[in-house]
Amino acid sequence: MSDTAAHTREDEPEGSTEPPAGADDGTPDADETPAAGPVSTGAESVVAALEAAGAKTAFGVQGGAIMPVYDALYDSSIRHVTMAHEQGAAHAADAYGVVAGEPGLCMATSGPGATNLVTGIADADMDSDALLALTGQVPTEFVGNDAFQETDTVGVTRPVTKHNYFAGGADTVGDTVGEAFELSRAGRPGPTLVDLPKDVTQDETDRTPGPAAPPAGTDPDPNADPDAVEEAARAIESADRPVCLFGGGVIKADASDEARTFARSYGIPVTTTMPGIGSFPEDDDLCLSWAGMHGTGYANLAITHTDCLIAVGTRFDDRLTGGIDTFAPEAEVIHVDIDPAEISKNVHADYPLIGDAGRVLDQLTAAVREAPDAEAWRDRCAEWKETYPLTYATPDDEPLKPQFVVEAFDEATDDDTIVTTGVGQHQMWASQFWSYSEPRTWVSSHGLGTMGYGVPAAVGARVAADTMGEADRDVVCFDGDGSFLMTMQELSVAVREELDITIAVLNNEYIGMVRQWQDAFYEGRHMASDYTWMPEFDKLAEAFGALGLRVDDYDEVAPAVEEALDYEGPAVVDFHVDPEENVLPMVPSGGANGKFAAAEDQL
Amino acid sequence: MSGDASESGAPDADSRPLPGEQPGPDERDHPEGRRNLEGIRIDPVVEAEHESRRAVISALVEDEPGVLARVSGLVSRRQFNIESLTVGPTTVEGHSRITMVVEETDPGIDQIEKQMAKLKPVISVGEVAGDAVTSELVLLKVEADDPAAVQAVSEMYDGRTADAGPETITVELTGDKTDIDGAIRAFERFGIVEIARTGPTALARGDTPTAPGEKPGTAGEPTTHDD
Ligand SMILES: Cc1ncc(C[n+]2csc(CCOP(=O)(O)OP(=O)(O)O)c2C)c(N)n1
Ligand SMILES: [Mg+2]
Repeated sequence: MSDTAAHTREDEPEGSTEPPAGADDGTPDADETPAAGPVSTGAESVVAALEAAGAKTAFGVQGGAIMPVYDALYDSSIRHVTMAHEQGAAHAADAYGVVAGEPGLCMATSGPGATNLVTGIADADMDSDALLALTGQVPTEFVGNDAFQETDTVGVTRPVTKHNYFAGGADTVGDTVGEAFELSRAGRPGPTLVDLPKDVTQDETDRTPGPAAPPAGTDPDPNADPDAVEEAARAIESADRPVCLFGGGVIKADASDEARTFARSYGIPVTTTMPGIGSFPEDDDLCLSWAGMHGTGYANLAITHTDCLIAVGTRFDDRLTGGIDTFAPEAEVIHVDIDPAEISKNVHADYPLIGDAGRVLDQLTAAVREAPDAEAWRDRCAEWKETYPLTYATPDDEPLKPQFVVEAFDEATDDDTIVTTGVGQHQMWASQFWSYSEPRTWVSSHGLGTMGYGVPAAVGARVAADTMGEADRDVVCFDGDGSFLMTMQELSVAVREELDITIAVLNNEYIGMVRQWQDAFYEGRHMASDYTWMPEFDKLAEAFGALGLRVDDYDEVAPAVEEALDYEGPAVVDFHVDPEENVLPMVPSGGANGKFAAAEDQL
Repeated sequence: MSGDASESGAPDADSRPLPGEQPGPDERDHPEGRRNLEGIRIDPVVEAEHESRRAVISALVEDEPGVLARVSGLVSRRQFNIESLTVGPTTVEGHSRITMVVEETDPGIDQIEKQMAKLKPVISVGEVAGDAVTSELVLLKVEADDPAAVQAVSEMYDGRTADAGPETITVELTGDKTDIDGAIRAFERFGIVEIARTGPTALARGDTPTAPGEKPGTAGEPTTHDD
């Protein structure tokens, strides 16, 4: 009679195999979740729950407190990829989830294993990526005594998870893990964590975990209120300068088709956020590419001058909005989001539509009766595209430009190629000078901006594509020299697991993004941004057992790109690029998007 | 990037405008509209600035380990202005009520409620309707130089002597914030040694539910709505 009974509780009676009441509240495929097989320990129950939930791959590092779970994986269908560092495990699992469209799974032991995961969990949290982290913990009776390798993992990860759990006993641990897995992808996705004390996983139990379901109330209604949809539709019909802003939520909701149908049906120009890259083809006439600090001039002008902003699955991050006072200052805002807390958090929503991106876009497509009269507006957007193209100079007397390298890879690969990146200038060039047309092909660290994301993400993306039977897709990581140094040890995993990935280091021997800010805002004082010495990455790659190449000049680019892509296995190309090159256009922090600097001297 | 390579291999110059050739910020049109700090478009005629106000928020929560840490962590991380937070059992075993007094703008109060609602153990949360019954308890330890006078002031504020010794007298008082603030001022002249205040707790008046959807419950029966 009450939904409270639906919360899977640690104190549920033993032997109860009743599915949580949430399981039949309309969750489409809850019934299809196969029941887990027989188990004899808590650890086996954990693995049985993961298998039943559909997990196929785990990334992790072994260790004392998690050993029982690893032992149970020995006989499991789940593929485990041993990573060099737990941060790599979390990023690989995160990227795996982005590419595969299902929760990524990472594992670590207690203490340092768990704390090493934290950056990756926080990254997934900021980007709303579905991820389940399993951490070993000291036996329950030692918890709180500062035992060897004890860390309050639940406490440490509480602010960076959607929810986390401390497993209470062998009988219920499987249910808890199943619930955590489902919760990570229910509604607005995000990371969850289950802390597994060693006694819980070691203890005997014959209780098979029940079918997994998210906790009651966490799987919201996918449809928006029909009356609100009608009102928003009227606003769209009467707009003069409408523009769509598709965010990462469109990709997470697998709503790219609905997004394309909506924008094309009514001739509405499209911008995306950075996480929304790939939701709408960038070569489409309607597409203005992505808006924000280093977004295109035309996207930033369109979101500045619009009178009707149709924002779907975005949280209006400050890197997108610039100064709030000048963000889409004359627009009525229609905000579609699955998370009610995002509505009017940063930007006031005149028409809040709470629901799943795909469903609400379908509702809107059906509700709009006639296209807005936006011919003149589309022409204006097209003019902006002509006036502010993404270009770069290539003078003979300057070193190789990084943008050229990105374009060379784009030309040499198919549209389904997956791009991963580190964080910095190279990340911006990879997002600007590659033309994305498919969702789940742009895999980057947005909200947290984590240097070092690129290489482990390429590992995770490759494993995901292979698992999905898409071994012929290319995976290209654009990394910075600084970012590469943070996680390049994961190259050992790529070699060991024979993963076909190509890592293009855009090596400017600088913490380039910081150097650019120092030149613009700190009078060129290069404090701690100049790497005065860099290893030779091609030789380092060879030492790892990968293919290593070095490129200094334009005419070496095409052959190196070809050789690296053709190589069956991990390849690293160390592109020595112009250390002085800057990322443009640029909206200074807190500035007005419409006042972006197209060139350095406009800053 | 197409075109014949020159001697250094650099491609031919792009025929489109290069960054340095593109119009600068001053050469572009800019809209005149503005938004305020809360992201609300400013209506040039009536500029509505939100003022902060005191609000009582009540949440029904699952009484599981860490629930208080989740709530207080949320409040501090998101910089919500909070005056007090109390927690205690309800008529239902396994459920607790958290009462928070906050000082926030309307959008701020809305955010607190929505962010709280996302916490898994939170069953239901909302602002208690304006004229909520609120009360808090205070223990006041004062110097016992003039016991009769202490007794008189205590009676004036419906207090109860909880402990009386040769050196100190401890008085227990309940009431809303203004009552208690007034009482404390009145006791100041005796010399206050120590104070312990619980912070207010609250229930909605009449048959209005305190947390949204909360059903009138007798002990043991679930007090929540059915989803
Ligand atoms: C883990 C981490 N530490 C520090 C930063 C701050 N940061 C942002 S970009 C950047 C420079 C990155 O250097 P590199 O990877 O070489 O990229 P580049 O900008 O040179 O392309 C730094 C230090 C960060 N984003 N992440
Ligand atoms: Mg660099």
